[in-house]
Amino acid sequence: MDAVEVDATNLATRELNDRLRDLMLSGVEKVVLRNVCGQRYIGTRLYTPEHRRMDIEIYGTPGNDLAAFLFGHNIRVHANAQDGVGNTMDHGEVVVEGRAGDVLGFSMRGGQIYVRDGVGYRTALHMKEYEDKKPVVVIGGTSQDFLGEYMAGGIVIVLGLGGKPHKGNFLGTGMHGGVIYLRGTVDKTQVGSQVEVSPLNDADRAIVDHYVSEFILRFPELGLTKEDILKEEFIRLSPKSKRPYVKLYA
Amino acid sequence: MKSFVFPEFHIIRDEAKCGQCRGCERQCAFGTHTYDPVQDRLISDDYKCAGCQRCVVFCPKNAIEVRPTPSPYRANASWSREKMEDLKKQAETGGVILTGCGNDKPFRIYWDHIVLNASQVTNPSIDPLREPMELRTFLGAKPDIMEVKTDNGDVEIRTKLSPNLVIETPILFSAMSYGAISYNAFRSLATAACRSGTYFNTGEGGLPKEMREKFGKCAIVQVASGRFGIDAEYLNCASAVEIKVGQGAKPGIGGHLPGEKVSAEVASTRMIPAGTDAISPAPHHDIYSIEDLSMLIYALKEATNYEKPISVKIAAVHNFAAIGSGIVRAGADIIAIDGLRGGTGAAPKAIRDNVGIPIELAISSLDRRLRNEGIRNRCSIIAAGGIRCSADIVKAIALGADAVYIGTSALIAMGCNLCQKCNTGKCNWGICTQDPRLAGRLNVDIASQRLSNLLQAWSHEISEMMGGMGINALESLRGNRDHLRGVGLYEWELEVMGIKGAGE
Repeated sequence: MDAVEVDATNLATRELNDRLRDLMLSGVEKVVLRNVCGQRYIGTRLYTPEHRRMDIEIYGTPGNDLAAFLFGHNIRVHANAQDGVGNTMDHGEVVVEGRAGDVLGFSMRGGQIYVRDGVGYRTALHMKEYEDKKPVVVIGGTSQDFLGEYMAGGIVIVLGLGGKPHKGNFLGTGMHGGVIYLRGTVDKTQVGSQVEVSPLNDADRAIVDHYVSEFILRFPELGLTKEDILKEEFIRLSPKSKRPYVKLYA
Repeated sequence: MKSFVFPEFHIIRDEAKCGQCRGCERQCAFGTHTYDPVQDRLISDDYKCAGCQRCVVFCPKNAIEVRPTPSPYRANASWSREKMEDLKKQAETGGVILTGCGNDKPFRIYWDHIVLNASQVTNPSIDPLREPMELRTFLGAKPDIMEVKTDNGDVEIRTKLSPNLVIETPILFSAMSYGAISYNAFRSLATAACRSGTYFNTGEGGLPKEMREKFGKCAIVQVASGRFGIDAEYLNCASAVEIKVGQGAKPGIGGHLPGEKVSAEVASTRMIPAGTDAISPAPHHDIYSIEDLSMLIYALKEATNYEKPISVKIAAVHNFAAIGSGIVRAGADIIAIDGLRGGTGAAPKAIRDNVGIPIELAISSLDRRLRNEGIRNRCSIIAAGGIRCSADIVKAIALGADAVYIGTSALIAMGCNLCQKCNTGKCNWGICTQDPRLAGRLNVDIASQRLSNLLQAWSHEISEMMGGMGINALESLRGNRDHLRGVGLYEWELEVMGIKGAGE
């Protein structure tokens, strides 16, 4: 089936999402949104008990909470994204051909987010995992402060492409699960006190290898090969304890 | 280290009555009673006793008595026994004192200083056994103006109405999560709510999948800072969604369910790995302002296709009425406020006993604030924290609430004796535990019947009190402070509640 085009010019958030929901319920599986300008919650209202799926392409800049509570859909943004991408997302995929704002992947429990450039503060905040659900966030650029704060599960990979150093501080503050892989190095002072920094083992390398391949597949415009990215060393940030509060009480 | 703390309870066993059946030994998860085969008698260790009275109730020979011990210390108004012993426990462990249930300190209980009106001579009282009494309540936003079209006697509402919850009695079960309470206790609340035409609140521990079809229609599901067990399916199976910002027992702090309590079933409902700590951070990390709250409210409205009312629960604290106004303007359909005496499964005692304000004062300030701003119709108010009887509910509604949440009262109906050991996970009554042996003690049929009985009894009493006042619908009682008078209150307290002193 051909993609259905929707012109989002002058549509309010609710109107645009009404339109998307109606299209999904009428059986449309592919939608291209043009002239998106700040409309929020794209993808959020697309839950159906029968678990319908939709591919959404976005031209223009989507507003906050893109893909919040996302339930299995695929979203590609041909531009930057704002704050709250993938808030409490359950499964599906979001690809951002640009940079994304703060709290990306907050409380995300499954699915994958690929961001070509950098991200804002508090990425992957309190991200979780559960049984076969393991969320993955791959960031081409770098992140600002508090990456992986309170992180309880999942995988975050920060590639630092373009030669910029990791400048974020308080990385992994309060982390008690999951793992962060950073390409390059960070100073000890940039890392939360609950976090252990270590080199990658073979299992880690296999994970990084896999998701780097997925990343370059999604952004051919970067003209990078896997080897280009993997030739530089990665470090691993993981929690020192999965029970940080165990000795707090009388 | 030798503990210097004295036992809180003394166990008296009538040896002449005791049949050495060892029932008490099996009943007590704290290990208070042990059988000594050499002497063929049961030995009780006062130090282990929680005072939950389980062994007393279940002793077939009525041979056991559990009494609070008098203070062993020299009387001292400043250094009470509790202060001294908490301090000793901290000197011995270096830890924060955790406790369960609500604030037990002697803050003024305003319910007990408010009296209700009754009709005499000039307006007749109503007999609820003879006349219809309207307790049905709608929770959610009401329109500013209602446009209707009448056609040959048929009335059609033209205004688009917001989704509302319908309750047959103004009492809902407060948020108590599966994980904090046992599966059977959770299911008992759900069963009773469905049967009695009201709602239970799942708390932040998710709603087990197998319960969704049957009980989703009477569930309010919670979204708290930990975001446990939340996906589109969870949000959509319920009748309403509540954002938990705060809780009366522990305003301003988060919570954590220790890994020991995260069994395989609790883990699958919360969607986290079994045995890991479930940490609820103090704030929602995506809410730092009213605008942020609005963003989450609308995210949830979007996720549920604008079909369900969204509630925001906050603890009653200083200046909360202004925050309440912000919450309404942010788009909430219901505000739940939880007062100083709200219960909990676990909270630091320092917080539980010192933070927040009494619910009676809070209800009235919030209701007045919203009325003064002309936005009272845009949301309903559910009051929580310290509702003990039907008269408290009548007073809460006359002070401006639409309905009340009951938590502690519901637990007492199921068997809880407020021993305040909820945080240990060893609840002998099978309520606040994940130990299958203990949880199995709570029979869902019996416990849910006790809950439904309570709702029925209170509903009757509410009707009686309303009838006495000459009121036949809760609508006419709401915010009707003329029917309240204060006894033994200071001027400022009367002013905050907007009521007159008795005799005026």
